Amino acid sequence: MTTAAAPTDLLYSEAEEELRSAVRALLTDRCDAKSVLDRAGTGRPHDPALWNTLAAGIGAAGLLVPEKLGGQGASHREAAVVLEELGRAVAPVPYLTSAVLATEILLGCDTAEAAPLLRELASGSTVCVPAVPLTLAPGAPLPAAVRDLGDGGLTGTVTSVADAVAADVLLVLADTGLYAVPAAAARLTPRIPLDLTRPLATVTLEAAGGTRLADAGTARAAVAGALLSGAGLLASEQLGLAEWCLTETVGHVRSRHQFNRPVGSFQALKHRLARLWLDVASARAAARAAADALATAAPDAPLTVAVAQAYCSGVAVRAAEECVQLHGGIGMTWEHPAHLYLKRAKADSLALGTAGHHRGLVADFAELPAP
Amino acid sequence: MTVITAEHLLTRVQELLAAHPPAGTDRGAFLRARFDAGLAWVHYPEGLGGLGAPRSLQVVVDAALEAAGAPDNDPRRIGIGLGMAAPTILAYGTEEQKRRFLRPLWTGEEVWCQLFSEPGAGSDLAALGTRAVRESGSGDWIVDGQKVWTSSAHTARWAILIARTDPALPKHRGITYFLCDMHDPGVEVRPLRQITGEAEFNEVFLTGVRIPDAHRLGAVGEGWAVARTTLMNERVSIGGMRIPREGGMIAPVAAAWRERPELRTHALHQRLLDLWVEAEVARLTGERLRQQLVAGQPGPEGSGMKLTFARLNQEISGLEVELLAEEGLLYDDWTMRRPDGVDFTGREAGYRYLRAKGNSIEGGTSEILLNIVAERVLGLPPEPRDDKDLAWKDLSR
Repeated sequence: MTTAAAPTDLLYSEAEEELRSAVRALLTDRCDAKSVLDRAGTGRPHDPALWNTLAAGIGAAGLLVPEKLGGQGASHREAAVVLEELGRAVAPVPYLTSAVLATEILLGCDTAEAAPLLRELASGSTVCVPAVPLTLAPGAPLPAAVRDLGDGGLTGTVTSVADAVAADVLLVLADTGLYAVPAAAARLTPRIPLDLTRPLATVTLEAAGGTRLADAGTARAAVAGALLSGAGLLASEQLGLAEWCLTETVGHVRSRHQFNRPVGSFQALKHRLARLWLDVASARAAARAAADALATAAPDAPLTVAVAQAYCSGVAVRAAEECVQLHGGIGMTWEHPAHLYLKRAKADSLALGTAGHHRGLVADFAELPAP
Repeated sequence: MTVITAEHLLTRVQELLAAHPPAGTDRGAFLRARFDAGLAWVHYPEGLGGLGAPRSLQVVVDAALEAAGAPDNDPRRIGIGLGMAAPTILAYGTEEQKRRFLRPLWTGEEVWCQLFSEPGAGSDLAALGTRAVRESGSGDWIVDGQKVWTSSAHTARWAILIARTDPALPKHRGITYFLCDMHDPGVEVRPLRQITGEAEFNEVFLTGVRIPDAHRLGAVGEGWAVARTTLMNERVSIGGMRIPREGGMIAPVAAAWRERPELRTHALHQRLLDLWVEAEVARLTGERLRQQLVAGQPGPEGSGMKLTFARLNQEISGLEVELLAEEGLLYDDWTMRRPDGVDFTGREAGYRYLRAKGNSIEGGTSEILLNIVAERVLGLPPEPRDDKDLAWKDLSR
């Protein structure tokens, strides 16, 4: 593992910065902390109007989809920038699940049956989520919870399916292949999630009918590839989230006075925040490297993604925990949005593989075997 | 004004190589010719080793000359001259000073050291007490005091020196900056043996050292501003260098892990993976900074890289000693040496562990650097302080 890494572009292009500005302007306008908080309390956190503008208006849902299939023909680099902004706003939209995971599965299938659904996803008119647990990690064995009973249809139970309550279509991995199942054909049991902005449900299929999109081998490879992309891009969501926590905390300690001076003038706090800034700057490099490796299909993409996930999960959680702590009593209230970020950060650290799981992958890729 | 391009520089390189073929040219003669051709540091002015070209094009020149087998000027050995003395002389020197000092500095014919830190003034550098008193009549300065942590003092021909010229002023205001001849009477260099056993640094005793006023850099009493230029350049050491994946301190640990399965334990495996990931992320962060510099959009990450590498070097070298089990109880050699520079790779794990302890102290302690990040990058308020307006002579010490 002493070979030099391939040239990696770790900066943001002008086009990426323009995309960022558009997404950020939309979120500033329509996804402020108060409205996210208000929706989160209802158990139906998603804002369909916001999704429509983001997905169809800005075209963010189709970034990964080629133009010939109605998408933007962009890459993981652009999708990563969108996720940074969504993380910064803890935006309750099914972007990671529909525009990244489901889209990548359908792209990975590359079948005629998948194409029409891909067009709908790219336009943002349909929300489609994979019926797999949010904790399913790249490199882990794929679940075999759903069986195809032939005339009896698809039968099985999948737990912890993210954004299922917002979905029009579920992508179901069964023993015989991949199926598109209308959400109405499944029984959804919402669970109470730690992260109020990304709802979870148990999906129960009882002889459900669906459209077969790919055979079992193709389906499993497509899901494995999508999990890799999803994990790599989740690092950008974690980066954006951590940046918000750092910025918000720095702003707070500059203005909050105790002991007749700004709290932020105490060296103990300054050093903590300086260390956190270093962590966030490092997380940016790691997340950018993962996005670029996925965009260029670099041979070391699996390693770069594992490194990004092993690193960025911890930074996001640390940033959110520091945000709560350094806001003092204010940070413990429901009214202040810090808790939304902590809950998202902690849930993200379980999503698509824990840091420990990804360190295990690093051990494999870097040839540093366990005893 | 013509903009100098990479093509233009490559033409110059070919002309230099044609006039002075590396194979048949004396090393010193080649380096002098390279300086005179403006290819030493291309962003410096013409006549002073450069061509006023964009700094980012230096890599083009370096790569072309390296490919041609041309001798280099060994930046590691003369790092203080290149990284600290040169940019300060360029910014504050008289024309005569620039012409006198920059060429032999760059070719390495004259090695430089830095007489800044003192036993009583390290992190609080502006509290320094070395005195420079102007002799009436000659106008020369007579310097008395003690400096410490001076690397290369035993090989240096010249030093950059800051000394107090007015103790009645507050500490930042009564300082003046000088260029000191290390061969002058009254300059005594003593090796300072360190925890590694070697003496990489020195103590320098200055007793009645006479410095002509022509070797003053910048105005009398304005030395702190000049010194800040030096210190800022000291910390911009990251940049052109590309580190390969698994380069640096993680390399010997990873190699030992692969080659010696009998040393592996589960607890060490977790720590190794943690640090491997952090080292890779630090490499990417440095690479991102490098790309920002090349693109002409320097980010604040530079202020943080030294902090990251100091911490990682210490944790990784500590892990390495533990991994080696019984061998970790041993040390390669306690003989007192006076090396030209630091060599992490030429020594064994125990040396790396002990030497890395200096990474969070030298060139600004990690605590001071964290303050700098907090105040200059994050905009947090400074600590309240009561030494700014007091005369230096009235400070407690």
